[in-house]
Order: sequence, then structure tokens, then C-alpha cells
Amino acid sequence: MDELSLYVLDIVMNSVRAGAEHIEISIIEEGEWLTFTVKDDGCGMTEEQLKKLSDPFFTTRKTRKVGLGVPFLRMLAEMTGGSVEIKSVHESVSGDHGTELVARFGRHHIDFVPTGDMTGTVITLIQGSPDIDFVYRHKGDGFDVRLDCNELKAVLGDGISLAEPEVLAWIREYLNDQYSPSGE
Amino acid sequence: MKSLEELMAIKNKMQDKVSVRTGSGDIRIVVGMATCGIAAGARPVLNAFVEGISNEGLGDHVQVTQTGCIGICQYEPVVEVYEKDKEKTTYVKMTADKAKEVIEKHIKGGKPVSEYTIGATHL
Repeated sequence: MDELSLYVLDIVMNSVRAGAEHIEISIIEEGEWLTFTVKDDGCGMTEEQLKKLSDPFFTTRKTRKVGLGVPFLRMLAEMTGGSVEIKSVHESVSGDHGTELVARFGRHHIDFVPTGDMTGTVITLIQGSPDIDFVYRHKGDGFDVRLDCNELKAVLGDGISLAEPEVLAWIREYLNDQYSPSGE
Repeated sequence: MKSLEELMAIKNKMQDKVSVRTGSGDIRIVVGMATCGIAAGARPVLNAFVEGISNEGLGDHVQVTQTGCIGICQYEPVVEVYEKDKEKTTYVKMTADKAKEVIEKHIKGGKPVSEYTIGATHL
């Protein structure tokens, strides 16, 4: 994949499929590193699943026999001198279950990819799962973008979904404005 | 800068509209958004459908949703169109431009764009 935003979309989809209600996504670019963190309250993984996670021939899905999401992410991280760490508590172990993934990339490394269309990724996630409370933050050179779906839901009330096209269009502009603070 | 007040204005404008809306739509457009779809370019395809349906004012009877991998990864981005009382149409190797054409000819015009369907790939 040629944009970091696509890796982010792909990895966060795992949290969505794990049945999470709250998903925190953060991307912090500082000095040498870009650190991407996802924290969810989904069903989590067993130790067995966690061990096999970076094996491309392991997947829980039924439609095909390979799972490339985490292996792709790990490959990009390691190619740029970074790493991926995943902690997970399965729902059979504790009521306080979920998964936290931290990926670190050497952001100036020649093998790193452009950040790409992060707004497109956030819009796609909200469109697909408007009921999930996504909290998004991306801090980089000259911008600090934040979006909290709880805040938007508090304004919209119960009747209106975040997936309504008018609302998605507003979110898109809201994010784009924050990405280019000089363009006020 | 966009403000939450503007979102409030959108809410007030929409409230009447949403309450009139009936059912979930006669046409459902489903875009595959697993790793295979995303890597092949499904995100712009999805967004083209969402925006196109909204711009054409078709939101009342067309629903755009996402799904996982349906098992034909080599043909991603895959888009399925479900219509009431009709056979499902499966589009393969989609792009944002093809999505616009599908909205125009199939969703609005009622005729599937056969050259983009899986049938045209001689699977």
C-alpha cells in the first residue's frame, strides 16, 4: 500500500470487526518518528491468536486463508527501523478487554510512505460504523488535528447518524481545515 | 474554520428530512473494504459512491455500505449492487470514475454497466 492512511484504515478495521464501541486512533509525528496507536474495547485476542498475528497464513476469517493486515504493517515499520507492539486482553479473560497496537515508523526513512489522505480514512471509518465512538488525533509539523465522535453525537442528538452525507461532508471540511490551519 | 455551531445548523435543517425518510432504500451498494479491497483502491471508490449518491439526491432510496472480503481478492475493488426483485450485480476492478458511470447508467438509468461486471472477466 502506498499511503500510511491506507494502513491505518486497514488496521482500524480490525478493531471494528472485533466489535469495539470505542476506538482511539492517534498519529504523532515527532523528531525521527511517526507513532501510530490504536486502542479499542473490542473482543480482544487470545494468547494463541496474538502469537500467530504476524503470520500471513493466519486469519480468523472464513473467505480466504491469508491475513495480510498486520504483516503489511509490521513490514513497513521494520523496513523503516521501527516496530509494532500489540497488547490484547480477550473477553474470556477479563471484562476489561480490548487491543492496543503501537506502531513506530522512521518517518524520514527512504522506505517510508507518504501519510496520504488521512481525512479520507477517517470519513470511511465513520461512514462504515457511525455508531462507534472514534476519537482521532493526528499531530504533525504545523498541525494538531482532533476529532471526537462523542462531541459530534452530543450536538446531533439521537435521530441523526454520523453517516448522513451532509454530516460526513461537514466532518471532511472540519478535518481539512485543521490540517491547513493557515488557510483560515 | 468549521465550528460545532455549523453542525447544529445542519442538524436543524435535517431533522424534518430524516423523519420523512421511509425504509432503508430499494438499492444497496456494497463496497468490499478488507485488506485486499483497501490495497487495491476501494477507499476512493467508496467515497465516490457516497458523494455521488448524495450529490444526485438519491439518498432516500440508495444506501451505500461496506463489507469485508468476499473471497475474490484478485478482482478488488469489488462492488455489489442489490436491487429489489432483481439479480445482484457484481462489479470488479472498480475505480472512482467507473463508480460515477455506474451511478449514472445503472443506479439512475436502471441498466447495469456490463463491461465492468464480473461476467465480463471470463472468470
